[in-house]
Amino acid sequence: MGELEAEKHVQYILSVEKRKDDFESLLMEHLRINGAYWGLTTLDLLRKIEAVDSDEVVSWVMSCQDQDCGGFGGNVGHDAHLHYTLSAVQILLLFDRLDILDIDKVSDYVAGLQNEDGSFSGDIWGEVDTRFSYCAICCLSLLHRLDKINAEKAVDYIVSCKNLDGGFGSIPGGESHSGQIFCCVGALAITGSLHHVDRDLLGWWLCERQCKDGGLNGRPEKLADVCYSWWVLSSLTMIDRVHWIDREKLAAFILNCQDRENGGISDRPDNAVDVFHTYFGVAGLSLLEYPGLKPIDPAYALPVDVVNRIFFGK
Amino acid sequence: MSSSSSSDDELGGARIPIGQRPEWSDVRPVPQDEGPRPVVAIAYSGEFRETMDYFRAVYLAGERSPRALDLTGEAIEMNPGNYTIWHFRRLVLEALNVDLLKEREFVDHTASHNSKNYQIWHHRRWLAEKLGPEAANREHEFTRSVLALDAKNYHAWSHRQWVLQALGGWENELDYCHQLLEDDIFNNSAWNQRYFVITKSPLLGGLQAMRDSEVDYTIEAILANPQNESPWRYLRGLYKGETNLLLNDNRLTDLCLKVLKTDCSRVLALSLLLDLLCNGLQPSEELKEVVESMRHDRSEPSNANLAAVICSILEAMDPMRLNYWAWRRSNLPSEIC
Ligand SMILES: [Zn+2]
Repeated sequence: MGELEAEKHVQYILSVEKRKDDFESLLMEHLRINGAYWGLTTLDLLRKIEAVDSDEVVSWVMSCQDQDCGGFGGNVGHDAHLHYTLSAVQILLLFDRLDILDIDKVSDYVAGLQNEDGSFSGDIWGEVDTRFSYCAICCLSLLHRLDKINAEKAVDYIVSCKNLDGGFGSIPGGESHSGQIFCCVGALAITGSLHHVDRDLLGWWLCERQCKDGGLNGRPEKLADVCYSWWVLSSLTMIDRVHWIDREKLAAFILNCQDRENGGISDRPDNAVDVFHTYFGVAGLSLLEYPGLKPIDPAYALPVDVVNRIFFGK
Repeated sequence: MSSSSSSDDELGGARIPIGQRPEWSDVRPVPQDEGPRPVVAIAYSGEFRETMDYFRAVYLAGERSPRALDLTGEAIEMNPGNYTIWHFRRLVLEALNVDLLKEREFVDHTASHNSKNYQIWHHRRWLAEKLGPEAANREHEFTRSVLALDAKNYHAWSHRQWVLQALGGWENELDYCHQLLEDDIFNNSAWNQRYFVITKSPLLGGLQAMRDSEVDYTIEAILANPQNESPWRYLRGLYKGETNLLLNDNRLTDLCLKVLKTDCSRVLALSLLLDLLCNGLQPSEELKEVVESMRHDRSEPSNANLAAVICSILEAMDPMRLNYWAWRRSNLPSEIC
């Protein structure tokens, strides 16, 4: 099935970070901070994060912060959003540079987005989605500020999004989707509330996501896609059911989606690569304990050594 | 003020650069600030850069004017995923007191080729909320048109559910689910919506009132395609928290029996049967015989209980999930048949 082209993926990510005059990077401009998180975490899992200048990255991240509200935008001068804020915090943690952050200011911004019913809005416009519950809970936990929200209500809201198949949707009644399941199970794991998950029912639904080609899909009857290697696998890991799928076939599927010449991983074999799927492919392989990769934490989506540093000191 | 006119012109190839339009002569464009020491030097080019530079100028000036609204329309046309542009557009709309029906035309136009973009759906919801219950039918028509092209579009379904609950329009929803399932019985989104309707519609009396007819409907769907996982899960959902009803409904064991006697994929029928046995079902002789006949290695004496036999059959039948079925076998409740 071939090996992981680790060195080529490192080169690919470094080249994306430097690329100019390229339409894809123009369209990605507003997601810059998410892209930086995907790229940098991949580099760290590949044990090559020292290839970037951490001071440059950290000062750029800090310049994306909205000085009024305390949240982060997707790029310099852009409006703050919970998702961008989580990426910013995660990047700072990769470099162990939380010291530069006014933690109370950021965590007040995040906590301020909780609604009466326990859900979270992504921004001041009030869009509600369990993705934002995850962003908020993950972010506050990483900052040691979970006490700023009503965690019980936050958990209740997530549980209200549980479906008959054991999975979770974006809102109560929303269809189960592997990406949303990662967010909900992740948030429940972080708040110590996994007893709300019907592990066997959900585990079976998740392992039914493995298709004949070995890859995982996000919903029934959908095609397998590398990004679900992360969402499904991390969820299975959190509920201790990862051995229910055929791990070798999944690893082979991911490795088959590599661009062996120029590096990077695509959503499906022979498609164009991007940073997003490169991250999810490498993160999936990390959960599969692929040799040479740093282990990744399934709930915080950061390397385990980074998470240990946050919660247990160095 | 028609926000999409300039971008339509652009499609026709007659777009005038903003810097050459008299109404913009007083504005100095602002390039993207890359921060103190740029990690990523993004080079902008052509129309895209110019539009964004002017956008930044009005954005930083906080200009809430018709021309700012038009400009956000052009910028969205070029990059509908940009969060800040939508954000600013709403601020301008709120300040200008514009005709929101006009705005809906703009969103219709933009959404028609960007149906997987979070920003557009979010904007649409913001708009529908302002327009109120009278907008319900129009919103349902809109999601219907998106789902006609992609029946599993997650954003469209979320929006539709939100509109139902916030603004109403439940009357034809069960029929709509039926219609979508006629088109594609494997559409899990439509099964999910069906469950949403029978449990939440104020017009149907809830799960209890709907259970009986829904069981028949679902069984029919399963018999047509026994490999379709969605109706099997739906069927279980109909008995949520009602284990006794589940065990005493003969239609379920009959269903399993029928499917097991066919040549179709029998994994899901065995799985339901396994769950029934784990919950205390007393299997009929006929059921036992059918399962026995499926045993892989019949040389081995079958003193194992029926549930364990089913697990072994499943291990062989569904090798991708071998560990799951093996786990089920090692975790069977002690007092079952
Ligand atoms: Zn993908």
